[in-house]
Amino acid sequence: MTSEVVTEFTVNGQAVRLDLDPRESLLDVLRERLGLTGSKKGCDHGQCGACTVHVDGRRVVSCLLPAVQVNGRSVRTIEGVAGPDGALHPLQQAFVDHDALQCGYCTPGQVMSGLACIAEGNAGADDDIREHMSGNLCRCGAYPGILAAVRAAAGRREG
Amino acid sequence: MRPYTYTAPATLEEAVRALSEAGPGTKVLAGGTTLFDLMKLDIETPPAVVDIRALPELAGIDTAGPRELTFGAGALMADVAADPLLRRDYPALAESLAKAASQQLRNMATVGGNLLQRTRCTYFRGGPPFPCNKRLPGSGCAAIGGLDRGHALLGGGDACVATYPGDWAVALIAFDAVLDVTGPRGTRTLPLAGLHVEPGERPDREHTLAWDEIVTRIRVPVTAAGRGSTYHKVRDRESYAFALASAAVAVTLGEGGAVEECRVAVGGVATRPWRCPSAEEELAGAVLDRRSARRAGAAAFAGARAGTHNAFRIELGIRTVAEALRIAGERALR
Repeated sequence: MTSEVVTEFTVNGQAVRLDLDPRESLLDVLRERLGLTGSKKGCDHGQCGACTVHVDGRRVVSCLLPAVQVNGRSVRTIEGVAGPDGALHPLQQAFVDHDALQCGYCTPGQVMSGLACIAEGNAGADDDIREHMSGNLCRCGAYPGILAAVRAAAGRREG
Repeated sequence: MRPYTYTAPATLEEAVRALSEAGPGTKVLAGGTTLFDLMKLDIETPPAVVDIRALPELAGIDTAGPRELTFGAGALMADVAADPLLRRDYPALAESLAKAASQQLRNMATVGGNLLQRTRCTYFRGGPPFPCNKRLPGSGCAAIGGLDRGHALLGGGDACVATYPGDWAVALIAFDAVLDVTGPRGTRTLPLAGLHVEPGERPDREHTLAWDEIVTRIRVPVTAAGRGSTYHKVRDRESYAFALASAAVAVTLGEGGAVEECRVAVGGVATRPWRCPSAEEELAGAVLDRRSARRAGAAAFAGARAGTHNAFRIELGIRTVAEALRIAGERALR
Protein backbone atom coordinates (compact mmCIF):
# COMPACT_ATOMS: atom_id res chain seq x y z
CA MET A 1 0.00 0.00 0.00
CA THR A 2 1.10 3.50 -0.71
CA SER A 3 1.24 5.69 2.35
CA GLU A 4 1.46 9.44 2.11
CA VAL A 5 4.70 11.19 2.96
CA VAL A 6 4.78 14.58 4.64
CA THR A 7 6.97 16.76 2.45
CA GLU A 8 8.05 20.31 3.24
CA PHE A 9 9.84 22.59 0.81
CA THR A 10 9.75 26.09 -0.59
CA VAL A 11 8.53 27.13 -4.02
CA ASN A 12 9.66 30.56 -5.21
CA GLY A 13 10.37 31.46 -1.60
CA GLN A 14 7.02 30.32 -0.19
CA ALA A 15 6.90 27.47 2.30
CA VAL A 16 4.80 24.46 1.27
CA ARG A 17 3.78 21.44 3.31
CA LEU A 18 1.99 18.60 1.56
CA ASP A 19 1.04 14.98 2.19
CA LEU A 20 2.33 13.34 -0.97
CA ASP A 21 1.82 10.03 -2.66
CA PRO A 22 5.41 8.97 -3.45
CA ARG A 23 4.31 8.37 -7.05
CA GLU A 24 3.76 12.09 -7.65
CA SER A 25 6.44 13.83 -9.68
CA LEU A 26 7.48 17.34 -8.71
CA LEU A 27 6.05 18.47 -12.05
CA ASP A 28 2.60 17.06 -11.22
CA VAL A 29 2.70 18.58 -7.74
CA LEU A 30 3.61 22.00 -9.14
CA ARG A 31 0.92 21.88 -11.81
CA GLU A 32 -1.92 19.96 -10.18
CA ARG A 33 -1.57 20.77 -6.50
CA LEU A 34 0.02 24.23 -6.46
CA GLY A 35 -1.51 25.63 -9.63
CA LEU A 36 1.89 26.55 -11.06
CA THR A 37 1.24 25.56 -14.66
CA GLY A 38 4.18 27.42 -16.17
CA SER A 39 6.33 24.30 -16.06
CA LYS A 40 5.17 22.17 -18.97
CA LYS A 41 4.68 18.45 -19.39
CA GLY A 42 6.14 17.61 -22.79
CA CYS A 43 7.37 14.02 -22.76
CA ASP A 44 7.09 13.23 -19.01
CA HIS A 45 10.24 11.08 -19.37
CA GLY A 46 13.13 13.52 -19.00
CA GLN A 47 13.78 13.79 -22.71
CA CYS A 48 12.44 17.24 -23.71
CA GLY A 49 13.30 19.68 -20.90
CA ALA A 50 9.94 21.50 -20.94
CA CYS A 51 9.54 20.83 -17.20
CA THR A 52 12.92 22.28 -16.19
CA VAL A 53 12.96 23.96 -12.77
CA HIS A 54 15.70 24.76 -10.26
CA VAL A 55 16.12 22.78 -7.05
CA ASP A 56 18.58 24.27 -4.57
CA GLY A 57 19.77 26.49 -7.39
CA ARG A 58 20.44 23.72 -9.91
CA ARG A 59 18.35 22.90 -12.97
CA VAL A 60 16.60 19.54 -13.05
CA VAL A 61 13.77 17.96 -15.02
CA SER A 62 10.84 17.99 -12.59
CA CYS A 63 9.04 15.13 -14.37
CA LEU A 64 11.69 12.61 -13.27
CA LEU A 65 11.91 13.90 -9.72
CA PRO A 66 9.68 12.15 -7.20
CA ALA A 67 8.28 15.13 -5.30
CA VAL A 68 9.05 13.48 -1.95
CA GLN A 69 12.73 13.97 -2.82
CA VAL A 70 12.47 17.77 -2.55
CA ASN A 71 11.75 17.54 1.17
CA GLY A 72 13.77 20.30 2.88
CA ARG A 73 14.86 21.83 -0.44
CA SER A 74 14.02 25.01 -2.35
CA VAL A 75 12.33 24.98 -5.74
CA ARG A 76 12.27 27.84 -8.24
CA THR A 77 9.92 27.77 -11.20
CA ILE A 78 9.28 30.07 -14.15
CA GLU A 79 6.65 31.84 -12.00
CA GLY A 80 9.47 32.99 -9.71
CA VAL A 81 11.60 34.57 -12.42
CA ALA A 82 9.92 37.90 -13.21
CA GLY A 83 10.20 40.77 -10.73
CA PRO A 84 7.52 41.30 -8.04
CA ASP A 85 6.06 44.11 -10.16
CA GLY A 86 5.78 41.76 -13.13
CA ALA A 87 8.81 43.20 -14.93
CA LEU A 88 10.37 40.57 -17.15
CA HIS A 89 13.74 39.14 -16.18
CA PRO A 90 16.45 40.25 -18.63
CA LEU A 91 16.59 36.71 -20.09
CA GLN A 92 12.81 36.71 -20.61
CA GLN A 93 13.10 40.11 -22.32
CA ALA A 94 15.92 38.72 -24.46
CA PHE A 95 13.62 35.87 -25.57
CA VAL A 96 11.12 38.50 -26.71
CA ASP A 97 13.77 40.67 -28.38
CA HIS A 98 15.37 37.77 -30.27
CA ASP A 99 12.23 35.89 -31.39
CA ALA A 100 13.36 32.93 -29.29
CA LEU A 101 9.98 31.21 -29.48
CA GLN A 102 7.14 30.44 -31.81
CA CYS A 103 4.47 28.36 -30.05
CA GLY A 104 5.97 29.00 -26.62
CA TYR A 105 5.40 25.57 -25.12
CA CYS A 106 9.08 24.86 -24.47
CA THR A 107 9.84 28.45 -23.43
CA PRO A 108 9.47 28.17 -19.63
CA GLY A 109 11.90 25.25 -19.65
CA GLN A 110 14.23 27.06 -22.04
CA VAL A 111 14.28 30.12 -19.76
CA MET A 112 14.94 28.07 -16.62
CA SER A 113 17.68 26.18 -18.43
CA GLY A 114 19.13 29.39 -19.87
CA LEU A 115 19.30 31.04 -16.45
CA ALA A 116 21.19 28.03 -15.12
CA CYS A 117 23.41 27.86 -18.19
CA ILE A 118 24.54 31.44 -17.55
CA ALA A 119 24.89 30.95 -13.78
CA GLU A 120 26.98 27.80 -14.30
CA GLY A 121 29.41 29.74 -16.47
CA ASN A 122 28.48 27.67 -19.51
CA ALA A 123 27.48 30.60 -21.74
CA GLY A 124 31.00 31.79 -22.54
CA ALA A 125 30.92 30.73 -26.20
CA ASP A 126 28.16 29.81 -28.64
CA ASP A 127 29.25 26.17 -28.70
CA ASP A 128 29.07 26.06 -24.89
CA ILE A 129 25.53 27.44 -25.01
CA ARG A 130 24.49 24.93 -27.69
CA GLU A 131 25.98 22.04 -25.71
CA HIS A 132 24.51 23.09 -22.38
CA MET A 133 21.07 23.95 -23.78
CA SER A 134 20.82 20.63 -25.65
CA GLY A 135 18.53 19.14 -22.99
CA ASN A 136 15.74 21.52 -24.05
CA LEU A 137 14.06 20.59 -27.30
CA CYS A 138 12.10 23.09 -29.43
CA ARG A 139 9.87 21.58 -32.07
CA CYS A 140 9.33 24.97 -33.71
CA GLY A 141 13.08 25.13 -34.26
CA ALA A 142 13.66 28.48 -32.59
CA TYR A 143 17.19 27.44 -31.68
CA PRO A 144 19.00 30.39 -33.34
CA GLY A 145 16.80 32.82 -31.39
CA ILE A 146 17.26 30.90 -28.15
CA LEU A 147 21.02 30.92 -28.64
CA ALA A 148 20.93 34.68 -29.35
CA ALA A 149 18.79 35.34 -26.27
CA VAL A 150 21.04 33.39 -23.90
CA ARG A 151 24.11 34.98 -25.45
CA ALA A 152 22.63 38.47 -25.02
CA ALA A 153 21.53 37.88 -21.43
CA ALA A 154 25.01 36.59 -20.65
CA GLY A 155 26.30 39.97 -21.81
CA ARG A 156 28.06 38.67 -24.90
CA ARG A 157 28.13 39.63 -28.50
CA GLU A 158 28.01 37.10 -31.32
CA GLY A 159 30.79 34.48 -31.50
CA MET B 1 2.58 3.55 -11.77
CA ARG B 2 2.10 0.92 -9.11
CA PRO B 3 1.79 2.03 -5.49
CA TYR B 4 4.94 1.73 -3.40
CA THR B 5 6.17 2.61 0.03
CA TYR B 6 8.93 5.21 0.33
CA THR B 7 11.54 5.56 3.01
CA ALA B 8 14.46 7.99 3.19
CA PRO B 9 16.90 6.77 5.86
CA ALA B 10 19.38 9.25 7.32
CA THR B 11 22.46 7.00 7.34
CA LEU B 12 23.94 4.20 5.25
CA GLU B 13 23.53 1.75 8.12
CA GLU B 14 19.83 2.60 8.37
CA ALA B 15 19.50 2.29 4.61
CA VAL B 16 20.99 -1.22 4.59
CA ARG B 17 18.60 -2.21 7.38
CA ALA B 18 15.61 -0.60 5.67
CA LEU B 19 16.42 -2.41 2.44
CA SER B 20 16.69 -5.80 4.18
CA GLU B 21 13.51 -5.28 6.14
CA ALA B 22 11.53 -4.22 3.06
CA GLY B 23 12.47 -7.51 1.40
CA PRO B 24 13.23 -8.77 -2.13
CA GLY B 25 11.86 -6.62 -4.93
CA THR B 26 12.68 -3.42 -3.08
CA LYS B 27 14.61 -0.94 -5.17
CA VAL B 28 17.23 1.59 -4.20
CA LEU B 29 16.44 5.12 -5.43
CA ALA B 30 19.20 7.67 -6.01
CA GLY B 31 18.82 10.26 -8.77
CA GLY B 32 15.74 8.48 -10.09
CA THR B 33 16.44 9.25 -13.74
CA THR B 34 16.27 5.57 -14.71
CA LEU B 35 14.20 4.03 -11.94
CA PHE B 36 11.40 6.61 -11.72
CA ASP B 37 11.26 6.75 -15.52
CA LEU B 38 10.82 2.98 -15.79
CA MET B 39 8.28 3.00 -12.94
CA LYS B 40 6.19 5.42 -14.97
CA LEU B 41 6.28 2.90 -17.82
CA ASP B 42 5.35 0.03 -15.46
CA ILE B 43 8.59 -1.69 -16.46
CA GLU B 44 9.88 -1.38 -12.90
CA THR B 45 7.22 -2.20 -10.32
CA PRO B 46 8.90 -2.21 -6.91
CA PRO B 47 6.57 -2.52 -3.91
CA ALA B 48 9.02 -0.44 -1.87
CA VAL B 49 11.76 2.09 -2.53
CA VAL B 50 14.63 3.13 -0.26
CA ASP B 51 15.97 6.60 -1.06
CA ILE B 52 19.76 6.87 -0.71
CA ARG B 53 20.17 10.12 -2.66
CA ALA B 54 21.26 12.30 0.23
CA LEU B 55 23.21 9.80 2.36
CA PRO B 56 26.31 11.59 3.67
CA GLU B 57 28.42 8.41 3.40
CA LEU B 58 27.95 8.38 -0.38
CA ALA B 59 29.00 11.98 -0.98
CA GLY B 60 32.35 13.37 -2.00
CA ILE B 61 35.03 12.73 -4.58
CA ASP B 62 38.83 12.74 -4.34
CA THR B 63 40.78 13.06 -7.57
CA ALA B 64 44.07 14.17 -5.97
CA GLY B 65 45.06 10.99 -4.13
CA PRO B 66 48.46 9.45 -4.82
CA ARG B 67 47.23 5.88 -5.41
CA GLU B 68 43.62 6.06 -6.53
CA LEU B 69 40.74 8.33 -7.44
CA THR B 70 37.60 7.85 -5.38
CA PHE B 71 34.05 8.80 -6.27
CA GLY B 72 31.25 8.55 -3.74
CA ALA B 73 28.41 6.68 -5.41
CA GLY B 74 26.07 9.55 -4.55
CA ALA B 75 28.20 12.21 -6.26
CA LEU B 76 26.36 13.90 -9.10
CA MET B 77 27.39 13.33 -12.70
CA ALA B 78 27.59 17.11 -13.24
CA ASP B 79 29.97 17.61 -10.32
CA VAL B 80 32.33 14.81 -11.34
CA ALA B 81 32.26 15.94 -14.98
CA ALA B 82 33.32 19.45 -13.93
CA ASP B 83 36.12 18.40 -11.56
CA PRO B 84 39.21 20.34 -12.75
CA LEU B 85 41.75 17.67 -11.80
CA LEU B 86 39.76 14.92 -13.48
CA ARG B 87 39.39 17.00 -16.64
CA ARG B 88 43.14 17.57 -16.73
CA ASP B 89 44.47 14.17 -15.69
CA TYR B 90 41.71 11.76 -16.83
CA PRO B 91 39.84 13.51 -19.64
CA ALA B 92 38.25 10.22 -20.76
CA LEU B 93 36.46 9.90 -17.40
CA ALA B 94 35.30 13.54 -17.35
CA GLU B 95 34.21 13.46 -21.00
CA SER B 96 32.24 10.26 -20.59
CA LEU B 97 30.05 12.09 -18.08
CA ALA B 98 29.95 15.47 -19.85
CA LYS B 99 28.84 13.81 -23.09
CA ALA B 100 26.06 11.86 -21.39
CA ALA B 101 22.46 13.03 -20.99
CA SER B 102 21.69 16.74 -20.45
CA GLN B 103 22.84 19.15 -17.75
CA GLN B 104 19.45 18.76 -16.03
CA LEU B 105 19.86 14.97 -15.85
CA ARG B 106 23.53 15.26 -14.85
CA ASN B 107 22.37 17.47 -11.94
CA MET B 108 20.09 14.63 -10.78
CA ALA B 109 21.80 11.35 -11.65
CA THR B 110 24.54 9.93 -9.44
CA VAL B 111 27.75 8.30 -10.63
CA GLY B 112 26.79 5.12 -8.75
CA GLY B 113 23.29 4.89 -10.15
CA ASN B 114 24.59 5.69 -13.62
CA LEU B 115 26.41 2.35 -13.71
CA LEU B 116 23.10 0.50 -13.35
CA GLN B 117 21.07 2.41 -15.91
CA ARG B 118 19.00 0.04 -18.00
CA THR B 119 18.87 -0.44 -21.74
CA ARG B 120 17.09 1.99 -24.06
CA CYS B 121 15.81 -0.90 -26.23
CA THR B 122 12.44 0.31 -27.51
CA TYR B 123 10.86 -3.11 -27.11
CA PHE B 124 12.05 -3.34 -23.50
CA ARG B 125 10.75 0.14 -22.67
CA GLY B 126 7.64 -0.18 -24.81
CA GLY B 127 6.05 -2.97 -22.83
CA PRO B 128 3.26 -5.17 -24.21
CA PRO B 129 2.48 -6.29 -26.86
CA PHE B 130 6.20 -6.64 -27.60
CA PRO B 131 7.92 -9.76 -26.29
CA CYS B 132 11.10 -9.09 -24.33
CA ASN B 133 13.16 -11.68 -22.50
CA LYS B 134 14.66 -9.00 -20.32
CA ARG B 135 11.29 -7.67 -19.19
CA LEU B 136 9.36 -10.94 -19.25
CA PRO B 137 11.72 -13.94 -19.28
CA GLY B 138 10.78 -16.54 -21.87
CA SER B 139 8.54 -14.24 -23.91
CA GLY B 140 11.01 -13.82 -26.79
CA CYS B 141 12.89 -10.91 -28.32
CA ALA B 142 11.20 -8.46 -30.68
CA ALA B 143 14.51 -6.77 -31.50
CA ILE B 144 15.99 -9.83 -33.20
CA GLY B 145 14.70 -9.48 -36.75
CA GLY B 146 13.01 -6.22 -35.73
CA LEU B 147 14.10 -2.60 -35.57
CA ASP B 148 17.61 -3.19 -34.27
CA ARG B 149 19.49 -0.14 -35.57
CA GLY B 150 20.76 0.70 -32.09
CA HIS B 151 21.20 -2.83 -30.82
CA ALA B 152 24.33 -4.61 -29.72
CA LEU B 153 26.97 -5.96 -32.08
CA LEU B 154 29.04 -7.50 -29.29
CA GLY B 155 27.95 -9.75 -26.45
CA GLY B 156 24.45 -10.46 -27.72
CA GLY B 157 22.82 -13.85 -28.05
CA ASP B 158 19.69 -15.61 -29.23
CA ALA B 159 17.69 -14.28 -26.29
CA CYS B 160 18.65 -10.60 -26.25
CA VAL B 161 20.68 -7.99 -28.14
CA ALA B 162 19.88 -4.99 -25.93
CA THR B 163 22.67 -2.40 -25.80
CA TYR B 164 24.12 -1.25 -22.51
CA PRO B 165 23.63 2.50 -23.03
CA GLY B 166 26.01 4.02 -20.49
CA ASP B 167 29.21 5.99 -21.13
CA TRP B 168 30.76 6.35 -17.66
CA ALA B 169 31.08 2.59 -17.09
CA VAL B 170 32.80 2.23 -20.46
CA ALA B 171 35.43 4.78 -19.46
CA LEU B 172 35.75 3.27 -15.98
CA ILE B 173 36.26 -0.27 -17.27
CA ALA B 174 39.17 0.96 -19.40
CA PHE B 175 40.80 2.21 -16.19
CA ASP B 176 40.24 -1.01 -14.15
CA ALA B 177 37.81 0.63 -11.73
CA VAL B 178 36.61 -1.24 -8.65
CA LEU B 179 33.45 -0.78 -6.59
CA ASP B 180 32.90 -0.81 -2.85
CA VAL B 181 29.63 -2.53 -2.11
CA THR B 182 27.84 -2.83 1.22
CA GLY B 183 24.93 -4.91 2.42
CA PRO B 184 23.61 -6.86 5.40
CA ARG B 185 26.43 -9.43 5.03
CA GLY B 186 29.12 -6.78 5.21
CA THR B 187 31.26 -4.89 2.74
CA ARG B 188 33.03 -6.22 -0.34
CA THR B 189 35.05 -5.00 -3.28
CA LEU B 190 33.95 -5.82 -6.80
CA PRO B 191 35.89 -5.08 -9.99
CA LEU B 192 33.67 -3.08 -12.33
CA ALA B 193 34.49 -5.71 -14.97
CA GLY B 194 32.61 -8.18 -12.75
CA LEU B 195 29.49 -6.05 -12.31
CA HIS B 196 27.68 -6.32 -15.65
CA VAL B 197 26.91 -9.67 -17.29
CA GLU B 198 26.09 -10.63 -20.85
CA PRO B 199 22.48 -11.68 -21.43
CA GLY B 200 23.08 -15.35 -22.29
CA GLU B 201 19.92 -17.28 -21.45
CA ARG B 202 18.98 -14.82 -18.68
CA PRO B 203 18.70 -11.31 -20.12
CA ASP B 204 16.69 -10.27 -17.06
CA ARG B 205 19.83 -10.70 -15.00
CA GLU B 206 22.02 -7.69 -15.81
CA HIS B 207 24.50 -7.47 -12.95
CA THR B 208 26.01 -9.41 -10.07
CA LEU B 209 24.82 -7.27 -7.16
CA ALA B 210 22.43 -8.86 -4.69
CA TRP B 211 19.10 -7.10 -4.35
CA ASP B 212 20.03 -5.90 -0.85
CA GLU B 213 23.46 -4.50 -1.73
CA ILE B 214 24.35 -0.83 -2.29
CA VAL B 215 27.29 0.53 -4.30
CA THR B 216 28.97 3.05 -2.01
CA ARG B 217 32.15 4.08 -3.81
CA ILE B 218 33.94 3.84 -7.15
CA ARG B 219 37.72 3.63 -7.07
CA VAL B 220 40.13 4.05 -9.98
CA PRO B 221 43.86 3.19 -9.71
CA VAL B 222 46.10 6.09 -10.65
CA THR B 223 47.78 5.73 -14.08
CA ALA B 224 49.96 7.97 -16.21
CA ALA B 225 47.83 6.91 -19.20
CA GLY B 226 45.03 9.11 -17.85
CA ARG B 227 46.48 12.24 -19.42
CA GLY B 228 46.62 10.59 -22.83
CA SER B 229 42.97 9.60 -22.81
CA THR B 230 39.68 10.48 -24.44
CA TYR B 231 36.07 9.37 -24.55
CA HIS B 232 35.03 9.70 -28.16
CA LYS B 233 31.27 9.43 -28.70
CA VAL B 234 29.50 9.33 -32.07
CA ARG B 235 25.78 10.13 -32.00
CA ASP B 236 22.86 10.79 -34.32
CA ARG B 237 23.00 14.42 -33.21
CA GLU B 238 25.84 16.54 -31.88
CA SER B 239 24.70 16.45 -28.25
CA TYR B 240 22.20 14.81 -25.90
CA ALA B 241 21.92 11.37 -27.49
CA PHE B 242 23.02 7.85 -26.72
CA ALA B 243 26.09 6.57 -28.52
CA LEU B 244 25.87 4.91 -31.90
CA ALA B 245 29.43 3.97 -31.08
CA SER B 246 31.90 5.25 -28.53
CA ALA B 247 35.42 4.46 -27.43
CA ALA B 248 37.33 5.10 -24.22
CA VAL B 249 41.03 5.04 -24.96
CA ALA B 250 44.14 5.80 -22.90
CA VAL B 251 47.76 5.54 -23.98
CA THR B 252 51.28 6.38 -22.96
CA LEU B 253 53.84 6.70 -25.76
CA GLY B 254 57.57 6.09 -25.57
CA GLU B 255 60.45 6.72 -27.95
CA GLY B 256 59.36 7.34 -31.52
CA GLY B 257 55.67 7.15 -30.67
CA ALA B 258 55.74 3.49 -29.62
CA VAL B 259 52.78 2.51 -27.47
CA GLU B 260 53.80 1.61 -23.92
CA GLU B 261 50.52 1.40 -22.03
CA CYS B 262 47.21 1.08 -23.84
CA ARG B 263 43.62 0.78 -22.71
CA VAL B 264 40.64 0.42 -25.04
CA ALA B 265 36.93 -0.04 -24.31
CA VAL B 266 33.91 0.49 -26.53
CA GLY B 267 30.39 1.66 -25.72
CA GLY B 268 26.97 1.86 -27.33
CA VAL B 269 27.73 -1.31 -29.29
CA ALA B 270 27.68 -4.10 -26.70
CA THR B 271 25.40 -5.70 -24.13
CA ARG B 272 27.67 -4.53 -21.33
CA PRO B 273 30.63 -2.15 -20.94
CA TRP B 274 33.14 -3.77 -23.29
CA ARG B 275 36.89 -3.84 -22.72
CA CYS B 276 38.92 -4.75 -25.81
CA PRO B 277 42.06 -6.71 -24.86
CA SER B 278 42.63 -7.78 -28.47
CA ALA B 279 42.78 -4.12 -29.56
CA GLU B 280 45.23 -3.41 -26.74
CA GLU B 281 47.43 -6.36 -27.81
CA GLU B 282 47.36 -5.14 -31.40
CA LEU B 283 48.86 -1.84 -30.27
CA ALA B 284 51.36 -3.05 -27.68
CA GLY B 285 54.80 -1.90 -28.78
CA ALA B 286 53.52 -0.63 -32.13
CA VAL B 287 53.98 2.91 -33.34
CA LEU B 288 50.65 4.68 -33.00
CA ASP B 289 49.61 5.87 -36.44
CA ARG B 290 46.57 5.71 -38.69
CA ARG B 291 47.21 2.13 -39.75
CA SER B 292 47.85 0.70 -36.29
CA ALA B 293 44.85 2.62 -34.92
CA ARG B 294 42.67 1.15 -37.65
CA ARG B 295 44.00 -2.35 -36.90
CA ALA B 296 43.15 -1.87 -33.22
CA GLY B 297 39.62 -0.81 -34.13
CA ALA B 298 39.22 -3.83 -36.38
CA ALA B 299 40.45 -6.10 -33.59
CA ALA B 300 37.90 -4.60 -31.19
CA PHE B 301 35.08 -5.52 -33.58
CA ALA B 302 36.47 -8.85 -34.82
CA GLY B 303 33.72 -10.73 -32.98
CA ALA B 304 30.89 -8.39 -33.97
CA ARG B 305 27.61 -9.92 -35.08
CA ALA B 306 25.23 -7.66 -36.99
CA GLY B 307 21.46 -7.95 -37.06
CA THR B 308 19.13 -6.48 -39.67
CA HIS B 309 19.72 -2.71 -39.52
CA ASN B 310 22.88 -2.21 -37.46
CA ALA B 311 25.74 -3.52 -39.61
CA PHE B 312 26.86 0.04 -40.45
CA ARG B 313 27.87 0.47 -36.82
CA ILE B 314 30.68 -2.10 -37.17
CA GLU B 315 32.63 0.15 -39.56
CA LEU B 316 31.52 3.19 -37.53
CA GLY B 317 32.82 1.51 -34.38
CA ILE B 318 36.18 0.67 -35.97
CA ARG B 319 36.59 4.29 -37.06
CA THR B 320 35.47 5.54 -33.65
CA VAL B 321 38.23 3.53 -31.95
CA ALA B 322 40.79 4.75 -34.50
CA GLU B 323 39.76 8.39 -34.04
CA ALA B 324 39.83 8.04 -30.25
CA LEU B 325 43.38 6.68 -30.51
CA ARG B 326 44.41 9.66 -32.63
CA ILE B 327 43.02 12.11 -30.05
CA ALA B 328 44.51 10.19 -27.12
CA GLY B 329 47.88 9.96 -28.86
CA GLU B 330 48.00 13.74 -29.34
CA ARG B 331 47.16 14.28 -25.70
CA ALA B 332 49.81 11.75 -24.59
CA LEU B 333 52.50 13.81 -26.32
CA ARG B 334 51.50 17.09 -24.67
